[in-house]
This record gives sequence, structure tokens and C-alpha cells, in this order.
Amino acid sequence: MEDRKVILSVRDLVIKFRLRGDILTAIREASLDLYEGESLAIVGESGSGKSVFTKSFMGLLDANGWIDAGSIIFEGEDLAQYKIEKDWLKIRGKKIAMVFQDPMTSLNPLKTVGKQVQEAIELHQGIKGEEAKDLAISILEDVGIHDPENRYKQYPHEFSGGMRQRVVIAIAVACNPQILICDEPTTALDVTIQAQILELLKGLKDKYNLTTIYITHDLGVVANVADRIAVMYAGDIIEIGKCEEVFYNPQHPYTWALLSSLPQLGVKGHDLFTIKGTPPNLFYEIKGDAFAPRNPRALKIDFVKRPPYFQVSPTHKAKTWLLDPRAPKVDPPESIRVLRQQWEVGNNG
Amino acid sequence: MDKKKEVLLEVKNLRVEFGKRRKKFVAVDNVSFHIYRGETFGLVGESGSGKTTIGRAIIRLNETAEGEIIFDGKKINGNIDKELDKEVTRRIQMIFQDPMASLNERAKVEYIVSEGLYNLKNYKTDEERKAKVEKAMLDVGLLPEFLSRFPHEFSGGQRQRIGVARAIVMEPELIIADEPISALDVSIRAQVLNLMADLQKKKGLTYLFIAHDLSVVRFITDRVAVIYKGKIVELAETERLYRTPLHPYTRSLFSAIPIPDPRKERAKNLEVYDPSCHHDYDKDPPRWVEIEPEHFILANERELEEYRKMLAKNGVQAIG
Repeated sequence: MEDRKVILSVRDLVIKFRLRGDILTAIREASLDLYEGESLAIVGESGSGKSVFTKSFMGLLDANGWIDAGSIIFEGEDLAQYKIEKDWLKIRGKKIAMVFQDPMTSLNPLKTVGKQVQEAIELHQGIKGEEAKDLAISILEDVGIHDPENRYKQYPHEFSGGMRQRVVIAIAVACNPQILICDEPTTALDVTIQAQILELLKGLKDKYNLTTIYITHDLGVVANVADRIAVMYAGDIIEIGKCEEVFYNPQHPYTWALLSSLPQLGVKGHDLFTIKGTPPNLFYEIKGDAFAPRNPRALKIDFVKRPPYFQVSPTHKAKTWLLDPRAPKVDPPESIRVLRQQWEVGNNG
Repeated sequence: MDKKKEVLLEVKNLRVEFGKRRKKFVAVDNVSFHIYRGETFGLVGESGSGKTTIGRAIIRLNETAEGEIIFDGKKINGNIDKELDKEVTRRIQMIFQDPMASLNERAKVEYIVSEGLYNLKNYKTDEERKAKVEKAMLDVGLLPEFLSRFPHEFSGGQRQRIGVARAIVMEPELIIADEPISALDVSIRAQVLNLMADLQKKKGLTYLFIAHDLSVVRFITDRVAVIYKGKIVELAETERLYRTPLHPYTRSLFSAIPIPDPRKERAKNLEVYDPSCHHDYDKDPPRWVEIEPEHFILANERELEEYRKMLAKNGVQAIG
């Protein structure tokens, strides 16, 4: 993992928004290295900043938001310094593309789907006319649309939800991007379709040599697609590691809580595990570990000093004082211990 | 559950149509099931399969074309008298999917929760109404002080609690929960599910739980029906169905459930359902059959034989 090429490097990124005269800090000094060819999943509750974080890679922050500090290094340039739209046009769509959540709203209802794919090709690849059309048809075929010649001429309303999402994906890969960001790509879809779309995305990743970022709150999706997982809470990545490390050997109390609240781990007739309280108010400065007020196992220091990353393995690190050598031993909840046992059994067997 | 089961709601050969003549669309076709008092009955299927339509037909929001809906011994679909209509409104309540869209933005919580009471006037004095509303708020874990606030002042989870409060204030017996947690975050989902389970225990509620999230359905329901294109294809006790799904559609649906466990998730086998190659219904149309006690399936003779073999095989495996 360590010797792999870093394609995108985010350092101490701070993103703020102005809202009704107050200033909200959405991303609090988050850092991330994205490796070439990997698939990274960012998980977290709504409001944890996972969408804002990735939108900032494409200059898609809302008008009332700005990058306050930090850097986003991509191909030797610092994207955080980009001020004008013209700069972003070199990156957006061409180098970094995005698939949005709802296929119902991300297509233009007045244009045929073929034209929409073709438009992306003409704009970004400099190919025009018939040639672009042929390419558009072959991409439609790549994303699993049958009879692409005829479907090229159809409008979005003639497509089902799953098929529309395929078209959205076709538009995203049509520009031959290096990084593909999928923001909740399957949340709006049925399970059977969801499974198909995930298979498709995995296939395209190999075929087009993509580095993919999935933003999702569905841990089932994460388990399927991710090489690495980053857990976000209150605007910071509090734990990051290989998929299996985070699932079977989670370290941060928030990751414990997130995994424990899954209905799959619940026992019928008993209450599901819930996280008490609400996420912190991002209008105020957060002291210490942002999760401490909701964490029944919080240490004193959690309320005073923000934890740095502690390395668990060369590929796995978490921001929690529990990993400090001086910290008392705190046992994770029962359900997490079960997961850990499975992991150990799996490693030995 | 093992005690004597009383049927609270019975749906017989229900058919719901939209549009007329050439534009006619059959949303629900010959659906039958019953719900016992005190249980949680799940209805799963993909979007457009008609699960919401069934819920809305029960609560009299959609007209029925054929069939009967019998609630506590009385037929409640079609033309019924005003008194019964009121009674149905009180005894069957609904919780909606999106708490952001289902609450009146311009009304205070007090009005939202009281609205059903106002409509039916089943309180004597205003004090009584207030007491009922405050009790409902406490029951769902909200403070009575919140009554003077507007919906936008609440988080998604709290809004859904308000949605639950306005249902239980009517003291219903049956609650139709249409995707009550799909719009919520993972951690808040657990809270709302716990709340629903808690209220069920305290008030002896019966739930019709409509959802497409199959892992939630497994956790919360006692029995579950799988619906495909307006027809129920399989119905059984939840655990039994999840362990031994027989119908090819049920199997494909269950095989697609995302498992939050990387090893199992990556090892799983997707099954694909294609009605044209799985069934030969032209010669031998399917029937609704009880293949084993409390396990119903839509199948024709040839398929039934196949399914029985599968059951026998599973039985052997379970013993061995």
C-alpha cells in the first residue's frame, strides 16, 4: 500500500460556510491520501461533511462556502488555490468526475440520453460529430444498456431508475476521468438494481483504470466495493484503514457505534444499539474529540485535547486517545468483540 | 405469538386499478393475506411493486376494484357508512416515509399532532385534548415544550417521532408504517426502530411495515410477504423465509441484500430473476398455495413439486 502512487493528497483542509451571518466549519483539518487505482469509501452520518469534502475536489462548493486553509494536491497543482471557474474546467469532468445520488434529477429531461453522453465527449475529448456519436454508443454499451443504437435516441423518461443511473455513469466515464466520485450512487435504487450498479461500477473501474471514491452511509455497499474505508465524523476523518481492518477491528468509539447500530447485528426482540445525543453543532468550536459528548466510554482527555492519529497497522489509523499507550484499557461493545473474533478466526483459518 | 392468534386485518383477493379502459393499470392483483393482532407484518418489494398501494387501500386512500378488506370483523373497503369510516380512521393510522415532507411546515407541532383529534372530535374538553397530545409526545420521547415549535426546528429523527406521535395520539390498533426509516441516517434508524418496538410492547400495537430495506425487515417483522408487480409471490414467518426462500423472485431479492461484512459480501452469489424463463404459466397457471404450515407461495403444480423437494432437502440439512 505504502509504495503505491498517491494520486490526490489532501492536507489539513478546512472548509467553512457562511450561514445567516454565522460561520460554520464543515471540514476541520481533514487529511487524506488517495492512491491510484484504489477504491475508497467515505462513510458517515448526514452532516458529517462527506459530500462537502469531496465536492471541494471539483470546485463544487456552494457559493456561501470556501476553503479556509489546507491544500488539495492533484497533478502537482494545489486545487485549494483555484479561484476562477476557468481553472476548475480543466479538472471538473475531465480529470475528476462525479456520479450523483438521484438519477431522476441529474439528467436533462429535454435531451436524448445519447446526446447527453455525446455532449460530454465533445466537450472534454475534442472529438466531434459521427465519431463522438459512435463513441457515445460504445460507452452506453459498456455501462450495460442493451440495444444502444436505439436507446441513444430515447429520452430519460423512457428509462427506468437503474437504467438512468447507468446513463449518468456513462456520462461520468465518457470524459475519461482519473478519479470518479460516486455520491450515494445506489441509495435511490432497489436492492436488486443496486447490486447490478455496484457490479457495473466495479467492472468499469478496471476497464477505465479509475480511482473511485464512494460516499455512502450504507455499510453493506461499503463492504462490497471498498478497498479502504474512511470514517467521517463532524468534518474530520476519525478512522481510516483497509476495508477488513475497519470492519473487523475498528478502533474509534464512533466506528464501534456506527457498526453496532446495524440491524444485521441486532438480536430480535432486543433493542438495537443507538448512539445517544446528536452530532456537535458545527457553528461552535469543538474542543477535544468531537464524539466525546456522545461516547459513554469517553476519557477525561477526550474533552480537553483533540486526539492525533494513532497508527494501528501500517495501513490503519484512528484519531482516538484510546490508542495512546497511556490510556486505560477500554473494552468495545459486545457486538464489536464478536466481529473481532470472526476476524481472528478468519486470519488463522 | 403462540397464544391463540386473533386476526385483526384480513385482505381477500384485493385488486387495485388506476386509470380507465385502455390506460388501465393493475397495481395490485389478487392479493390475500391477514395480519394477527399484536404482530409486525412486513411487506417487501421493489419500487412500483404495489406495496404502498396496498397500505393506502387499507386506510381508504385508494379505491379498491375487487376484493375485501376486513378489519376486526367488519368490511372496510368500498362504500361504508360515515360512522365506520370515522372508526377506521381512528383505529388505523399511518406513518409516512419522509419526515421532511410529511409535516405541515406552517403549523406548530401542537396542531400537527392534534389534527386527527380535531377531525374526529373524540375529546370532550380542550384540556383533554392537550393531555392526550402531551402524553403522545412523552410516549415518543419528545418534551411537551416542543409543542409550540415548528417542524423546521427539529432534526430528521425528531420529525419522525412527531410523525409517530400524531399516529399514536389517536390510540390506533393498527399502524401502517410506509418506509418509516428509509429517509433517516443509520444511527437514527435504530432509534426509531427501538421506539416503534417499545410502543408496540406498551400499547399492544399491530404494525404493517412496508419497506424495501430487507435487513431492517428481518430484524423487526414477525411475518413477511414478498410482492412482485402487484402480486404476492411468497409469504411466511420472517426467519423461515429468510432461511429458506423458495420462489425465484424472493431468492433473487434476498441474494441482493448488502451484507455489512466484507468477506461474506464479496463471496455472495447474486441470483437473477427473469419471469419469462423461470415460469411456464401459459399452460399451467399458478395458484396461491400453503406449501407448509404458515408458508404460502404462488406457484403451479410443476413448481410446487420442485419447491417441496427444496424444502425436504433443507429439512435434511437442518437435521444433519
